[in-house]
Amino acid sequence: MKMIIAYIQPERLNPVKQELFEQGVTKMSVTNALGCGQQGGYVESYRGAQIEVNLLKKVRLEIAVSAEFVEHAIDAIIGGARTGEIGDGKIFVIDLGDCIRIRTGERGHDAIG
Amino acid sequence: MLSYFNAQSLFAAVPEPVFDATFTVNNLWILLGALLVFAMHPGFAMLEAGLTRAKNTVNILCKNCAILAIGLLTYALIGFGLMYPGEGWLLPSWIGPFFQGIDPGMKGQTMAYGDYTYYSDFIFQAMFAATAATIVSGAVAERVKLSSFLIFSTVYVGFVYPLIGSWAWGGGWLKELGFYDFAGSTLVHSVGGWAALAAIILLGARKGKFAPDGKAQAIPGHNLPLAALGVFLLWFGWFGFNGASVLSANPAAVSLVFVTTCLAAAAGTVGAMATSWIIQKKPDVTMVLNGSLAGLVAITAGADAFTPSSSVIIGLLGGILVVLSVIAIEKCRLDDPVGAVSVHLVCGIWGTLAVGIFSTNPEHTVLAQLTGIGAVGVASFLSSFAIIYALKKTLGIRVSEKEELQGLDIGEHGMEAYSGFQIFSNQ
Repeated sequence: MKMIIAYIQPERLNPVKQELFEQGVTKMSVTNALGCGQQGGYVESYRGAQIEVNLLKKVRLEIAVSAEFVEHAIDAIIGGARTGEIGDGKIFVIDLGDCIRIRTGERGHDAIG
Repeated sequence: MLSYFNAQSLFAAVPEPVFDATFTVNNLWILLGALLVFAMHPGFAMLEAGLTRAKNTVNILCKNCAILAIGLLTYALIGFGLMYPGEGWLLPSWIGPFFQGIDPGMKGQTMAYGDYTYYSDFIFQAMFAATAATIVSGAVAERVKLSSFLIFSTVYVGFVYPLIGSWAWGGGWLKELGFYDFAGSTLVHSVGGWAALAAIILLGARKGKFAPDGKAQAIPGHNLPLAALGVFLLWFGWFGFNGASVLSANPAAVSLVFVTTCLAAAAGTVGAMATSWIIQKKPDVTMVLNGSLAGLVAITAGADAFTPSSSVIIGLLGGILVVLSVIAIEKCRLDDPVGAVSVHLVCGIWGTLAVGIFSTNPEHTVLAQLTGIGAVGVASFLSSFAIIYALKKTLGIRVSEKEELQGLDIGEHGMEAYSGFQIFSNQ
């Protein structure tokens, strides 16, 4: 079992969800995040003073999948989020120790869905 | 000594205005009317800001501030003289004189046709001009380029609005035909509404508004309390918009207008709420708010010529119409973020037509009203279409896709409306 964490541009969320759905991945968590990487920030101005904004708005996806789905999920995320420009985002894959469904108490493969 | 006597005789040649109690009261009401119509501007600003996304709020506010200023200044320079030529028509009944300014000198203190001063007349009418322009700003919100929009507004409010207005209120050919528009359902609201329609046709929808199959996607407003405040302020201002359009403080007329205006607004609210409840299964507060405005716009053409009971009918139908037209406009793949076309154009036309049907004055005919609606429609739509098309081909009227996604606040102004808040949007 793996946990896929992806940081994408906020406006790519809908296309990514669509692609994941087509690959059979329907369970995920979405949070808003601020982040920076290679993408530069921008400058705002307010009454004569400049403000440098370099933490940009991102969307963080967390998807727990069993091993067979990992590549499908990654391909789906890339398909939905890639625009070819700097700032498309990053995907991390980490090992998942266990997964428990709260309602029934199922563990492991049964729980991951 | 000699110069003193000369000055005396000069002053003696000009008739002294008589400021008796009646004059003062009438004049005061006109000035209060100007104040109330001014209050419609924060109304528009809040309504538009509330119904659009947070990332574009600075842009909305800036457009509203600028339009008020542009409206007032162009009206002073060009509009007032063009709209009310008096004896100075260039092409009688059709085109008035340009660039008259507003300094009447000692002679023009009072108006020949009313108990108020020249300056009161100017400031009251100037506030109207600004409201016509601001109707367009809501329809083009969230994707129009600021500079192009300001140029369009200057030309449209500066020249087109007063020219069309002169045809009726200035004593032109529409007035001669018997066309009647008490406070501007056609001359203000539909003039703005036609321009809004032309603008959204040429501008295109916001990105993400329509799915590839044409189905409308919701782009919810970010602050409905502001939108509601806006509508209440507009209703508040309408007491002056209609009330002072009586052009005197005549107790009978003004009190009737207050009643018809309010009843229509109330009926519009109820009509829209009912329609929205039936069609959308649950009442949509933005539709209810649009309904109040619909009733107000509809009654504006004849608030002094309707009975209270017919006001209710007119407002009710306005409220029903506005909900249906919001849905219809989206079906045409046109994106109107605040319902400007539905409220101002559709209900402006309805209200003007209603004068021919419901007016207590037998001189008001459906034919004259239709003529006015048609003529103003053709003139406003064609001129606004031409101006915007010219801007589209030269400067461009739309921001880049990247800027639209980032938000016009950053793109056009380099600042945020809600600094310190993390506003997240996925559209």
